[in-house]
Amino acid sequence: MADIRLEGVGHSYDGGRTWALRPMTWTWRDGRAYALLGPSGCGKSTLLNIISGLLSPTVGRIWFGDREVTGVPTAGRDIAQVFQFPVLYEEMSVYDNLAFPLRNRRRPKAEVDRRVREVSRLLGLEEHLRRRSRRLDPGRQQLVSLGRGLVRADVAAVLLDEPLTVVDPAMKWTLRSELKQIHRDTGHTLIYVTHDQTEALTFAEEVVVLNDGAIVQAGEPSELFLSPAHEFVGHFIGSPGMNVLPAELLDGVVRVGDATLGRASVELPSGPVRVGVRPEFVRIGPAGAASGPVARVTGVDRMGAYNLVHAEVNGHPVIARTDAATTFDAGATRVLRFAEGRAFLFRDAVRCGALEPLDGRAGA
Amino acid sequence: MSERTAAPAGQADGRTDDQADRRADRRAERRAERQAEEGERRADPRRRNNRAWLLVLPVVVSVAFTAVIPLMTVVNFSVQDIFSPGDRLFVGLEWFRSVSRDPEVRAAFVRTLLFSAQVLLLEIPLGVLLAVSMPRRGVWVSVTLVLVALPLLIPWNVVGTIWQIFARPDIGLGGWAVNNVLGLEFNYTLDATDAWITVLAMDVWHWTPLVALLAYAGLRSIPDPYFQAAQIDGASAWATFRHIQLPRLRGVLTIAILLRFMDSFMIYTEPFVVTGGGPGNATSFLSILLSKIAVGQFDLGPAGAFSLLYFLAVQIVCYVFFTVLTRTGR
Repeated sequence: MADIRLEGVGHSYDGGRTWALRPMTWTWRDGRAYALLGPSGCGKSTLLNIISGLLSPTVGRIWFGDREVTGVPTAGRDIAQVFQFPVLYEEMSVYDNLAFPLRNRRRPKAEVDRRVREVSRLLGLEEHLRRRSRRLDPGRQQLVSLGRGLVRADVAAVLLDEPLTVVDPAMKWTLRSELKQIHRDTGHTLIYVTHDQTEALTFAEEVVVLNDGAIVQAGEPSELFLSPAHEFVGHFIGSPGMNVLPAELLDGVVRVGDATLGRASVELPSGPVRVGVRPEFVRIGPAGAASGPVARVTGVDRMGAYNLVHAEVNGHPVIARTDAATTFDAGATRVLRFAEGRAFLFRDAVRCGALEPLDGRAGA
Repeated sequence: MSERTAAPAGQADGRTDDQADRRADRRAERRAERQAEEGERRADPRRRNNRAWLLVLPVVVSVAFTAVIPLMTVVNFSVQDIFSPGDRLFVGLEWFRSVSRDPEVRAAFVRTLLFSAQVLLLEIPLGVLLAVSMPRRGVWVSVTLVLVALPLLIPWNVVGTIWQIFARPDIGLGGWAVNNVLGLEFNYTLDATDAWITVLAMDVWHWTPLVALLAYAGLRSIPDPYFQAAQIDGASAWATFRHIQLPRLRGVLTIAILLRFMDSFMIYTEPFVVTGGGPGNATSFLSILLSKIAVGQFDLGPAGAFSLLYFLAVQIVCYVFFTVLTRTGR
């Protein structure tokens, strides 16, 4: 239908003392599948409810295309929303549940029937249309809730608020790929709220990471993984999360203790800085091979397909992901090397530059 | 339909021998099982003793003292003609026959049933309406709860006294207002309809809050997403009530209907205080008539039979209500 634009939208539940959602400007582009990722209580649901109009924002304006909808109630916004738990009209049949949003909008009977049959075919509910909705298992009930969202052809967006919470794991995969398929078929804008990174990364074309009421980074899944713009993104995405090492920046050279790590990619004032690098990009070299941070191995977790080597640099824990074949004794000292272009510098949790090798790769 | 039935028939034709064999096998198996069971039973008779029934004893004893024994004294009265404590005659079901044919009892029965029906028709919708319009959250929740619950805290005979005075045409605020402000002739001590309306209004005032509180509790238990989903689906206020609130009130309304039926069908204190059953027999409900027979005229035999029939009527109507309310919409 149209882009959904938030202009300085923010929300406070206590009259402005604290922000559940800090004022933000953001555009949800038409027809894309978004995942809204963040820990519990970071403002995901608040943001969703503001888009659907269940909540009016304390400040800011909302636009659907070039129509301002800030003051428009939910029913006038043509938004579909699916909640964490199946919400059904329990005494109605599955058919009536699916038809309900259309009947409320006084659509002609033939159209209602056609849409209900289309959506039920899409969701595999055809055989259950005559059943009372509360008789279904929770997974199917959630499908009915989802179907009520999809039954209107003209929705501006479908908002999904952790819709797979009640569904058992085996069904989750099926449903998630089904949702992707539905997105491809219908072309609706989808905004999928979750606190599960796997769910977000596998589902979405674009992942929006929300923390403490603010968007900290948005991008394709690989972008979030390979170049986190915020320490939080590094921690929250990836398992285990990004390593963070406190370091010192002096005349453009980054040092941890006595060891030189490399050069800052951009001009930065000297002072403390934090180096972030994912376990996947930490290499373990032999002791005393080259100059680099010296680590003492503290333990190894065998994960089957790979090993996680726990080590300490200057008393700070660092995790490296290595082949399942490699072994290290606890207490051994090794020199670490960070893959080129995969280690970043952070100040106040925000990325301020990348780590580059010294000239002639002497240090790395 | 025809295709479906045809298929297994076709299969059966081809496999008759096979199936017969299998059936014989199964019969043999079953016989073996039965023999094994019987063997076990014979081998160890003590395994199936019934001593666990003793655990039910405490319930049997307490129910005996609270319900069965008092009821049996009434049964005892109901089959005898008692002239004096030492002089009694067994009459069988004679009292039941005469009580159930007594026109006065029959009239009171119809009157009470009518009263209960009117009470339910007024109090249930009013109570639900009240509950729906009460605030869901905020400071006004406790204020409205206290205000609504107030009539429930007043003792029955005080309620009767309040209304006895309130509805009086000379000094009562309500009665006076109806006569002099609305200009309608109203006097519950003289007019049968006025007396009926007074008692009905009193019951509605006294007990609608109970229905409202029950319904309110039921409404409060509906999670917010249901209302949000209704908004998203574009449901009108009526559709929201009809498809979200009302279905979820089924449980509490079943209780409310049962309680209000039982209570109104056995109403005694309030009409006794307000009208004393009059004028004439206009508000002479079953319980008022019963106490007149039992305590006023001291006819213990008929009173006993009357009590048992009364009890039976309450039971039957409650059973019907309960069955209908819990079975519909499953």
